[in-house]
Amino acid sequence: MAEITGESPLASRTELLAETSVPGSLDIGEIPFLTQVTLRVAPEGAAAARVADTLGAPLPGPGTSAVAGDLLVLWMGPDEWLVVGEQGRAPDVEEALHKALDGEHGAVVDVSGQRTVVEIAGPRSEEFLNKGCSLDLHPSSFGPGRCAQTLLARTEATLLRRHGATPVFWVLVRSSFARHLADWSADAAAEYGEGAVLA
Amino acid sequence: MSRFRLRTGGRIDRDRPLRFTFDGREYQGYEGDTLASALLANGVHQVATSIKHGRPRGIMAAGVEEPNALVQIEKPFPEPMQTATTVRLADGLEATGLPGQGRLATDPDPARYDSMHAHCDVLVVGAGPAGLTAALTAARSGARVIVADADTEFGGGLLGTSERLDGAPADTWVRQAVAELDRYPEVRQLPGTTVFGHYENNYLVALEHRGEHAHTRQRVWRIRAREVVHATGSHERPLVFSGNDRPGILLAGAARTYLHRYGVVPGERVAVFTTDDSAYAAAVDLHDAGVEIAAVVDARGSVPPPWESLCTERGITLMPGSAVVTTSGRERIDQVRVAPWWQDEAAPGAEHTRIACDTLLVSGGWNPAVHLHSQARGGLCFSEDLGAFVPDGYPPSVRSAGSAAGEPTTDACLASGADAGARAAVACGLTAEPADLPRAGSVPVRSGRTVWMVPSPTDSTGDTQYVDLARDATVADVRRAIGAGMESVEHIKRYTTLSTAHDQGKTSGTLASGVITELLGRSTGEIGTTTFRAPYTPVAFAALAGRERGDLYDPVRVTSIHDWHVEQGAPFEDVGQWKRPWYYPRGDEDMEAAVLRECGAVRSGVGIQDVSTLGKIDVQGPDAAEFLDLVYTNKMSTLKVGRVRYGLMCHADGMVFDDGTVARVDEHRYLITTTSGGAAGVLQWLEDWLQTEWPHLRVHLTSVTEHWATIALAGPRSREVLSRVAPGMELDKDGFPFMSWKDGTVAGHGARVFRISFSGELAFEVSVPWWHGREVWEALVEAGEPLGITPYGTETMHVLRAEKGLPIVGQDTDGTVTPYDLGMGWAVSKKKDDFLGKRSFTRADTARTDRKQLVGLLPADPDLVLAEGAQVVEHPELPAPPVPMLGHVTSSYRSAVLERGFALALVEAGRDRIGDTVHATAGDRLVAATITDHVFYDKEGARRDG
Repeated sequence: MAEITGESPLASRTELLAETSVPGSLDIGEIPFLTQVTLRVAPEGAAAARVADTLGAPLPGPGTSAVAGDLLVLWMGPDEWLVVGEQGRAPDVEEALHKALDGEHGAVVDVSGQRTVVEIAGPRSEEFLNKGCSLDLHPSSFGPGRCAQTLLARTEATLLRRHGATPVFWVLVRSSFARHLADWSADAAAEYGEGAVLA
Repeated sequence: MSRFRLRTGGRIDRDRPLRFTFDGREYQGYEGDTLASALLANGVHQVATSIKHGRPRGIMAAGVEEPNALVQIEKPFPEPMQTATTVRLADGLEATGLPGQGRLATDPDPARYDSMHAHCDVLVVGAGPAGLTAALTAARSGARVIVADADTEFGGGLLGTSERLDGAPADTWVRQAVAELDRYPEVRQLPGTTVFGHYENNYLVALEHRGEHAHTRQRVWRIRAREVVHATGSHERPLVFSGNDRPGILLAGAARTYLHRYGVVPGERVAVFTTDDSAYAAAVDLHDAGVEIAAVVDARGSVPPPWESLCTERGITLMPGSAVVTTSGRERIDQVRVAPWWQDEAAPGAEHTRIACDTLLVSGGWNPAVHLHSQARGGLCFSEDLGAFVPDGYPPSVRSAGSAAGEPTTDACLASGADAGARAAVACGLTAEPADLPRAGSVPVRSGRTVWMVPSPTDSTGDTQYVDLARDATVADVRRAIGAGMESVEHIKRYTTLSTAHDQGKTSGTLASGVITELLGRSTGEIGTTTFRAPYTPVAFAALAGRERGDLYDPVRVTSIHDWHVEQGAPFEDVGQWKRPWYYPRGDEDMEAAVLRECGAVRSGVGIQDVSTLGKIDVQGPDAAEFLDLVYTNKMSTLKVGRVRYGLMCHADGMVFDDGTVARVDEHRYLITTTSGGAAGVLQWLEDWLQTEWPHLRVHLTSVTEHWATIALAGPRSREVLSRVAPGMELDKDGFPFMSWKDGTVAGHGARVFRISFSGELAFEVSVPWWHGREVWEALVEAGEPLGITPYGTETMHVLRAEKGLPIVGQDTDGTVTPYDLGMGWAVSKKKDDFLGKRSFTRADTARTDRKQLVGLLPADPDLVLAEGAQVVEHPELPAPPVPMLGHVTSSYRSAVLERGFALALVEAGRDRIGDTVHATAGDRLVAATITDHVFYDKEGARRDG
């Protein structure tokens, strides 16, 4: 697994996000360089079945994600998924998916640089996200594993609620928009900072 | 303490006095006061003069329905057009009365405004008796509940009366209800929050006042609710009679609120004029607070027995079967004249009784606050019993409760709220238990007499009978509208401006319908009301804008190399949401000097540009070639793997809408580029055709714009620079020919390198994953340093491509330009059966020979740079208008290699006119210019291989 060197989209905002975070209330940070591969394949078919075998988990249905070993698979559309893994996995994942498609119509594209991941965790995270996102993020409606493509702070974003005892969200944001999202986050989280008491 | 402020009672804190200034005079009030209650406590009734007639006007209501008491807040922050009845008193507050119109502050608003999205099962609007029982019932069922009320504290009408629930003061029950709601984790209480809009599918918008010292002063809530309960209460309606607008005339319920909520009495000798029961409570309560009640004038023939005995035992004079016909007083009412007016008589009798008073309380009945219900497309009907419009027919998942639904008593409000809350919970699939309700022991209410206006013996036209005090609209104005032939309430509203002020007719709307009814001799139900529209109360634009201002106004997109450009001091050009470096000034260079230098460097040495913003789309699938043949004008299926072709896209009308390059990656895979600003639109356009018109094509599109950072190296020495950091790559013109691509290693990273050129010079474009962008850029800059590598921005790129006659879509085209107009017929395939736009090229209009065509323009004065957009005309002198326009300048620059100004222009039949002299506007003169070919430099393409 190759360690990626270079500059992630939010490298220049690492400190800002750290300062923005409020321990015990809201934690915001970038998870850089994750492998992201777009998979397009007809959902009902032999190729999709082979992909599921390869991944070790069925392709998740609308609005959900699936854990497949050390990979995460997000439903992005009726015939589109995003396979997410640790950094440097793109060539393996691409190769495995191509092999699973076995010449059947589909598409596999490395888009690891297209988006970066921002993790938002803590009891305030739902409210914080709802400052810029109109989705209902209550656990009864957007529970662990749920994902959606939406707008956050007027920026295209893919939102995923991870499994965990406290709320943890991943925001997959286009690399060119990532700084805007970070700057918006610092502004939106300011009220939870200094002296703010968790209700 | 002033004689108008009671020693005890009310919900103010007498231990926390607040100083404030009104119209330059200093006064004192208390924590918990509104500006209006504090003014009344100081004996101040007149707040302003009226907008048209300049008459003195005072405080009339105790809430959002106030038509008169408009103030300009000067401190803490200037805000126009606030109603004194809704301004919370604060220490140091400064305000002045407004004659109808305020002024915006000249300084920026220092406060913070933001917004929040929220979802719930049940949204309860209003936290009076009905709202609280609705919220409690829904909350007990386990529903996610939001309950919002405009007031600073919950309780609604209960806070402004002396009512008792289960034998205890009503606020004890309110406190218990709030405490219980507090215990439910899924209940959100929003005091100080006005729900001001109800839109489709139960999307409601509210404004929360969080306090002057809060981190966020106001917050806009955008709420999506499965079920909505409108417990919005009701507004008391005034009566129309001659001189009904003087300061000192208040709504009876408002006087009761001032007494019980703020410990304030409005005067020393109070007359009451009513058509229903509710005003008696005000008379009795004020009497008990030590105020002299001059008389209670009731338009009904008799006084209801319970009120008759309560008044008689207090010695209050009762005048049933009477009406106030006129008032007098200079700055404040000092007398009313009362005449007998029995229910079946058209007009009051001629005999007048004069009654001295300093205050007149009026009540013409109560209008349910149906605004939000009506905004949600709920129906209304006129209830003869209530003399008001009430909900009649509910949209799905919306219901009203309490006095908003026309319930007359507290007991009925409590019950209807609980019922609405339960039904809302059940609609959400929950189980609601019957609620255990407190008892108010309300006395039965007798029907009012529906009185819209009292005919006046002295004012037969109605010039002093005010229907809308905020707009100074009178009965005479309504008469004039009807005289002009209008019958619809909507027309009369617009003609008279009735109900169009800040209060949107909360006191005048129904009254206006009633007055029209009487003047037309129709029924009120038939006349109806005007349309209720959001916002329910005024909302500041600052609140609606929220945080979307300044740097957060619109998302800014940057490339991976952005910070390098910033460090070099480059100004940026906005291209869509992207920031692109415009030019890189050195020392004292202005833009022109910097661009000339950058252009010179590319033409004679080597330049480097960040072109990461170009849109990139991965096209995959067995039918990819066929698909691209359909969407581009030229043929892409014949492109060999490893090669690149320029492509034009047209809309179905044959007009150019985007361009870019197409690289064939393998048999079934292409990588196409789009313009920076057009990327999203192109992807959407392609998906649209693929999904709706050609679903049989097996093709997938994936945006990879930001996966890649892309760097252009241009100039005769670009190969040399690249070779220093890509030693393993064959770069000579045979090994790496023009319009081809290959993968390789650049500065130690895997890269895809294209040999394409937008300047005519030998050039390469290097793409690496986003996170290596800056590193590879810096490696190229370092490698090029000995060769004088020069970073260049969008301006230089524009000049260089214009010298080569290459158009920029969106600058040299405007949606009316075909490839042929651009002189790019070579890019339109003659061999393909079909492609988007093809059929349009056979239209007579696209085949015209006098279409505007892209040509070059050289001003006669070589130092002149024509203005982009300058009109092109035939002659040096303008003929009489209309002046025939030949076209306009689309691009214009100073060229380093041409050593002169030059331009591209769209000119009628331009290609047939090469060599002709035409004229272009330059400020207020016309200058001569020669039409030339649109390619100015290196026509033969000798420079592209270096």
